[in-house]
Amino acid sequence: MRQLIALCCCLFGLLSFPIQAAETSRVDALFTELAGAKLKHMELILEQLEEAKGEAILPLFRVLLGGDLYYIKANKNLVGKFDDQGKTLYKQVFNDTLVPNLAKRDVKKIRVNNKLRGYLRNAIARIQLTAKSPSVRESAVRELLSKLDASTVVILEDLYPNEPNKKVKEAMGLALAMHTASQTELAVSNRLVAIETLSTSLENDVRNALTKLTQDDNPAIIKAAQGALEQIAQRAKRFAFVDQLFFGLSLGSVLLLASIGLAITFGVMGVINMAHGEMIMLGAYTTYVVQLIMPNYIDYSIWVAIPAAFLVSGLMGVLIERLVIRHLHGRPLETLLATFGISLILQQLVRTIFSPLNRQVSTPSWMSGSWEINPVLSLTLNRLYILAFALLVFIALVIILKKTSLGLNVRAVSQNRNMAKAMGVKTNWVDAMTFGLGSGIAGIAGVALSQLTNVGPNLGQAYIIDSFMVVVFGGVGNLLGTLVAAFTLGIATKFLEPTTGAVLAAILVLVFIILFIQKRPKGLFPQKGRAAE
Amino acid sequence: MKIKTLVSAIALSGATLIALPSIAADTIKVGVLHSLSGTMAISETTLKDTVLMMVDDQNKKGGLLGKKLEAVVVDPASNWPLFAEKGRELLTKDKVDVIFGSWTSVSRKSVLPVLEELNGLMFYPVQYEGEESSKNVFYTGAAPNQQAIPAVDYLMNDLDVERFVLAGTDYVYPRTTNKILEAYLKAKGVAAQDIMINYTPFGHSDWQSIVSDIKKFGSAGKKTAVVSTINGDANIPFYKELGNQGISAEDIPVVAFSVGEEELSGLDTKPLVGHLAAWNYFQSVETDENEAFIKAWKAYTKNPKRVTNDPMEATYIGFKMWANAVKQAGTTDVDAVEQAMIGQETPNLTGGVAVMNKNHHLSKPVLIGEIQDDGQFEVVWETDGVVAGDAWSDFLPGSKDLISDWTAPIKCGNYNTKTKACSGQNY
Repeated sequence: MRQLIALCCCLFGLLSFPIQAAETSRVDALFTELAGAKLKHMELILEQLEEAKGEAILPLFRVLLGGDLYYIKANKNLVGKFDDQGKTLYKQVFNDTLVPNLAKRDVKKIRVNNKLRGYLRNAIARIQLTAKSPSVRESAVRELLSKLDASTVVILEDLYPNEPNKKVKEAMGLALAMHTASQTELAVSNRLVAIETLSTSLENDVRNALTKLTQDDNPAIIKAAQGALEQIAQRAKRFAFVDQLFFGLSLGSVLLLASIGLAITFGVMGVINMAHGEMIMLGAYTTYVVQLIMPNYIDYSIWVAIPAAFLVSGLMGVLIERLVIRHLHGRPLETLLATFGISLILQQLVRTIFSPLNRQVSTPSWMSGSWEINPVLSLTLNRLYILAFALLVFIALVIILKKTSLGLNVRAVSQNRNMAKAMGVKTNWVDAMTFGLGSGIAGIAGVALSQLTNVGPNLGQAYIIDSFMVVVFGGVGNLLGTLVAAFTLGIATKFLEPTTGAVLAAILVLVFIILFIQKRPKGLFPQKGRAAE
Repeated sequence: MKIKTLVSAIALSGATLIALPSIAADTIKVGVLHSLSGTMAISETTLKDTVLMMVDDQNKKGGLLGKKLEAVVVDPASNWPLFAEKGRELLTKDKVDVIFGSWTSVSRKSVLPVLEELNGLMFYPVQYEGEESSKNVFYTGAAPNQQAIPAVDYLMNDLDVERFVLAGTDYVYPRTTNKILEAYLKAKGVAAQDIMINYTPFGHSDWQSIVSDIKKFGSAGKKTAVVSTINGDANIPFYKELGNQGISAEDIPVVAFSVGEEELSGLDTKPLVGHLAAWNYFQSVETDENEAFIKAWKAYTKNPKRVTNDPMEATYIGFKMWANAVKQAGTTDVDAVEQAMIGQETPNLTGGVAVMNKNHHLSKPVLIGEIQDDGQFEVVWETDGVVAGDAWSDFLPGSKDLISDWTAPIKCGNYNTKTKACSGQNY
């Protein structure tokens, strides 16, 4: 493609017809005008450019849309900014040649606003209607649905009969149907057919078009449009339910991650660890530090951050256990106060080291965006990954507790400390390891949470209450209970939220748990037998 | 080990509480009542530094009335009742002549009775919900008609928005502002079903279903916008979720009243590009005054990456006006300075001149900016001239007839123009 453009440019240069010469100089003049143009005048310049250069203008529009178009202050030449291994470099817009020796102060950014971005997106879509890749063509058509003007319709009508790809053809048919349905001078029967076509689509723009048609003069059209809207609403409703369920599962997975470490320290060991939230926070800060160390490999940083966070939080957990909790064994009130103090110290520590401001943790590219199943149902990728990750962590933990010797020791100590000791289990060591394991898992949760929420000194506090709630609701000492409780609370909150609002939903859930605990003090899955004592 | 950490922690927190030692006996004391710890420290520390910079600057120019200025810094620690206590301490123990302080409305309401009782003088530099005018306070931040109303006008007139989502954090500022906006929108002919109001707790981080609701609300065939009074760090997950669910600023623009340069600094601004904010000041505005101010700020903080923001400009204007008023009055006496303040003029950093009105609010220009990927704002709209701050909203039934006028003969913060009487409440 680029070579072709270059070739064309060369040809133009060689032929140098007077008209073309005039054309090039006009385009050049437009480029110069673009550098330093007022936002108000830019759309006009861009329109002229699109008209003059057609497809060849695409690289410029892309760079401009991405906010990377600059001009050199000295000669008003346009350059595109790009990053090469952390260095900012500039290149020619149309042929990718590097423009050397440009410092930041030599260039000035060409800014765009929403109106221009909208225009650029549409212009790019118009140009891309003839692109090679069917998926590009399809998204171009869908992009254009929101702004179907007469000239676009003419282009679409031209392309429609010869379109080889079924999906693209369908999208084009939709666009043409939208146009036909809106033409009041056309025969009613034609318009009704068009509305029939529209009723199968879930596109937002289609719904907008149909809503407009309900204001039509012709009663038959109004009725058909209303019927179509009804049909669409029916289908959308089903997807909305799936959407909400996903939100609930996602919130549940966050709760699960946050509380699963606590399920071990509080549930298995019986230590009320108020510093649990700060272990999550440490994990999140570890992610931040890892990204600082490897700024060019953000996509892989998560894989380094997970073990790193486990180690950092785990070691901190072992340290806390050895230095403080060990001495307070069997004194829950004092443990509570001491760990609360530790949580304040840790918060102040990160405030001193990292400043009280939130830190920026970037999302790897493979985790951003969403999985679009259809226009009304799209699942955000980061939450999807975190849901899977939470389940993985849970399974890993269950395996550790059930299948390894550490797990056996942990269960032995939690059931009967003295008997385990008599059997030769080093209870001190087991305590430290258990606490370290719980804290380490909290650290891993921090890595996941850093992708969803702010990384700041108060991160942990936001989750500590929820974590205790989940563990108590699920039944102390029962991992499966934690799993079920986390997802129950997540889904319940998300189904309440649309009707009650976020504040009331949180209150209702809390009230429900209080009532539930009154009825069943030991939670969903109480421990049975001797272990329960 | 444990005891050592404890001791050092106490020492650390103690150090911030101790006021700067007095330098000379005869100085003019400037109290600084901003939280240096706790949740609000993020925003308020910057303002403390701004006041210190201004004091420094004034001292270099020879001080005021032949005396040096001396800053007295206290830390109310984001603890609202502590604002009253620390305010009392500043006025009675340190005997400060003026206080610069407060950020949240609740902290201002907390210190207000103390100011009125002891006849202190405070400058409040943050945009707020209005419905207040005290003799002892000068409001240099925006009132709703200097931020919220112009922003909504911009959405309606320039972006042809017909449906509005009023999303806010659940406390007094968003609730009052949204009440005013709702009344205003209805007065402008927006139907009730085209307004959606949503409140979330402080620090809300799970925005999935709310954003999905906004998306649904926005797919009714009418151009939709979100007017956000969401506060502090809840904003970032909100914008992230918008980006993740594929809502771009072109589809549903969000105009925010609490997101400024400081909040954007050091954040991944990619998902925010194109969304809007309404303020009276942006760092990106190119004027000579602004350039000098930014340069001085970077030099003072010794950090070339520090950004400036709207409450800083409000502090700057307030300080300049106070210094002028003291010069004019020839004394730091609160009553004399208060009268001298009215009518004071100071150039804005964004051009034009700010004027202190009779109601203790400023006349300032209103700007609307689009967020750029470098964390700065590009101004896309501004008012023709300055807008006078209105203490009592014209769109709320209870305050429609109230005005505030601190000059003779009215001398009242809540004068009812219909009954021709002062309602009698203190503020």
